[in-house]
Amino acid sequence: MLYFPRWKYTLIAIVCALGFLLSAPNFVSKETLADLPSWLPSNQVNLGLDLQGGSHLLLEVDVDTVLSDRLESLVDDVRQALRDARIGYTGLGNANDKVSVRIRDAADVERAMEILRELSVPVTSNVFVAVPERDLAFEENSGRISISMTEAARNERLTNALEQSIEIVRRRIDELGTTEPVIQRQGTERILVQVPGLDDPQRLKALLGRTAKLNFHLVDTSVSVAEAMQNRPPSGSQVLPLVDGSGGAVLIRRRVMVSGESLVDAQPGFDQRTNEPIVSFRFDASGAKRFADVTQANVGRPFAIVLDNEVISAPVIREPILGGSGQISGGFTVTEANDLSILLRAGALPAPLEVLEERTVGPGLGADSIAAGEIAALIGFAAVIIFILVVYGLFGVFANVALIINVALIFGALSLLQATLTLPGIAGIVLTIGMAVDANVLIFERIKEEVRSGKTPINAIDVGYSRALDTIVDANITTFIAAAILFQMGSGPVKGFAVTLAIGIITSVFTAFTVTRLFVSIWLKQRRPAEVPL
Amino acid sequence: MRKLKLIPDDTHIPFIRSRYLALGASTLAVIASMVLVAVMGLNFGIDFRGGTLIEIGTEGPADIADLRSRLSGLELGEVQIQSFGAPDDVLIRVETQPGGAAAQQAVVDAVRAELGAEVEYRRVEVVGPTVSGELIEAGILAIVLAVGMMLIYIWFRFEWQFSVGAVVALVHDVLITLGLFAVLQLEFNLSIIAALLTIVGYSMNDTVVVYDRVREKLRKYKRMPLAELLDQAVNKTLSRTVMTSLTTLLALLALYFFGGEVIRGFTFAMIWGIVIGTYSSIFVAAPLLLLLGVKRDWSGAGAGEPDGNTAKSAN
Repeated sequence: MLYFPRWKYTLIAIVCALGFLLSAPNFVSKETLADLPSWLPSNQVNLGLDLQGGSHLLLEVDVDTVLSDRLESLVDDVRQALRDARIGYTGLGNANDKVSVRIRDAADVERAMEILRELSVPVTSNVFVAVPERDLAFEENSGRISISMTEAARNERLTNALEQSIEIVRRRIDELGTTEPVIQRQGTERILVQVPGLDDPQRLKALLGRTAKLNFHLVDTSVSVAEAMQNRPPSGSQVLPLVDGSGGAVLIRRRVMVSGESLVDAQPGFDQRTNEPIVSFRFDASGAKRFADVTQANVGRPFAIVLDNEVISAPVIREPILGGSGQISGGFTVTEANDLSILLRAGALPAPLEVLEERTVGPGLGADSIAAGEIAALIGFAAVIIFILVVYGLFGVFANVALIINVALIFGALSLLQATLTLPGIAGIVLTIGMAVDANVLIFERIKEEVRSGKTPINAIDVGYSRALDTIVDANITTFIAAAILFQMGSGPVKGFAVTLAIGIITSVFTAFTVTRLFVSIWLKQRRPAEVPL
Repeated sequence: MRKLKLIPDDTHIPFIRSRYLALGASTLAVIASMVLVAVMGLNFGIDFRGGTLIEIGTEGPADIADLRSRLSGLELGEVQIQSFGAPDDVLIRVETQPGGAAAQQAVVDAVRAELGAEVEYRRVEVVGPTVSGELIEAGILAIVLAVGMMLIYIWFRFEWQFSVGAVVALVHDVLITLGLFAVLQLEFNLSIIAALLTIVGYSMNDTVVVYDRVREKLRKYKRMPLAELLDQAVNKTLSRTVMTSLTTLLALLALYFFGGEVIRGFTFAMIWGIVIGTYSSIFVAAPLLLLLGVKRDWSGAGAGEPDGNTAKSAN
């Protein structure tokens, strides 16, 4: 166990040097790093959100809305199809995840089924099925036809909605100009968002919490709002509240005049006359044409700008708007105008997102945690080093040098893997410092025993190392298993702990079996001691 | 250089003689812990209970009474307000609100509206009811999985008696730690689960070192009475057990006192875990081998060679 061929010797030296080299960037500032030649390693350890501050949000796509939107439009399609075919029907509506309709004349039922079946389309998601599944399932029971979405169609819709949401979320967050946000799909309905170093986490939530469906509607002036609220609003019209919180409402025609999907740009600005913050927008060609047509036909009438079922404003059309651009004013603050233009540029979410979990750490707490972690690590490190020195003397020096190399290797590995260092991760490093000596302690204690049983120093040390090896491997694999499970199960900060613990276990076994052993072997060769100073 | 000697070379403490006392005390402690957890319950943090946690920094010492009266006006149900480590650092906990995820988010808005910009929002955590349920499941699963994997690993490397002994010691450590958290009503959150898993790993580590020595002695001394053999194994590894526990404790104490308020609960759990883990490997894991009775004929395996086949042939 004590003979080291030259290549092994070199390899150990290289690994240790790499450890120091890779961990070095963590001890200099980012500015200094930028000035260094590019062949030097420059990866620093990633700091977790709990150390650098930032927001962690777990969002969920509102599944019900995604599915009911589809059923809503299916109702329209069914109505259109039956009307076109001149088939009489009653009781068309959607309930319990189904669209149902009663066909008046029993003779028409078969023809109706035929026509409605044409509404269904193949689901494309699964390429391995020879005959693609259709997206709708039909049932007929004494003149009542019910239509529901198939499992495959639901899944496809949800997947699409999730993917689309992720894209929109990414665009909205990119507008905030933060560095390296994480936006990840989690399971079938969730999105994980991690945004480091954010000044205003509330604004992030406000940006993500809005669907941002913008539509232009005509205002229904046939009855007053009060009347519409008291009785039923006229068919095809709907009362929507004003966004300003005044409690006021506007009666609008349901039919969408122009939708926000036709927007190509939106920018915040100021009204030239009133100096009020506004958002100016521009339509694409077809949107511009529709907008021109509608405004031309309705000069003198009010129209409503509706965002997420709330009316931003309902100005009167003074003259036809032909250029395809316009502006929205609604008593915004500068930030509100800014955020609204971000939302309009990024596009609407297919369904609302709910915040299931939020963990936000302010920059102040993050900095405090780093400072506290550093102090604790240094004190712990110093205490362990002194203790080892006092107990083991010369061999303690070997162990301590190995410990320092060990810490360098941990930081080197963290930098190389671009792993994330969290506060519990720092705790993991400190814990590893405490436990890292374990391998050396096992070996030293074993050597002591062998010396007591009458072996010569070289013999005792040799046997000590080989006997301790199995124990060390067994003992460390168990801790490694715990760390691996933690890594699998844990989230964020806890994962950081698992990473440092696992890396620490590997490096500490490595240093005990190579570095300290190498020192001991060199010392034996040079001194040829008569007894082991343990 | 004179060196500190913590455990004399010729130490021979008859641990096994007091096995009934130790096992009795441990059994009592485990039962008491289970009763305590059942009766007093664990003080679940928002990770498991759901709700909102807001840590604020005030300018100058915080006026807790004033904060309490202002926040109770918001009608958010149970609101806990306590100082957190420093006088200008306050922790506000609000219970889960009826309604969905949006209702939880409304809490943050309400508190922010009430306290305004004059305080620093150091930390905001909101855990909705669905997520907290999942976190409980994941936490329990992690612990069970860890213990299960240890059971299998030790089974392969040793024999079933060792595996059972080690796992009983593990479960013992975990349950007593839970009992302590129930008695002291310390906050039990995700990081405590992480600490428990580390305790599982550490306690196992300690036990494996003792068991390894037992196995080695079983191969060497075929006719030595088992009680005597176990005593020798524990004593021979005692100085290592003490040294490693001490260095680990030193590091953890530094974390406990200087690592900041956020991870104090986490470090406390681990400090306790090191103590109980060290105790259990000596006083629970070793005597259990005597009660379970290990196979004495190890001649099938070469001396000094750890061998998975031995474990298999024993079954």
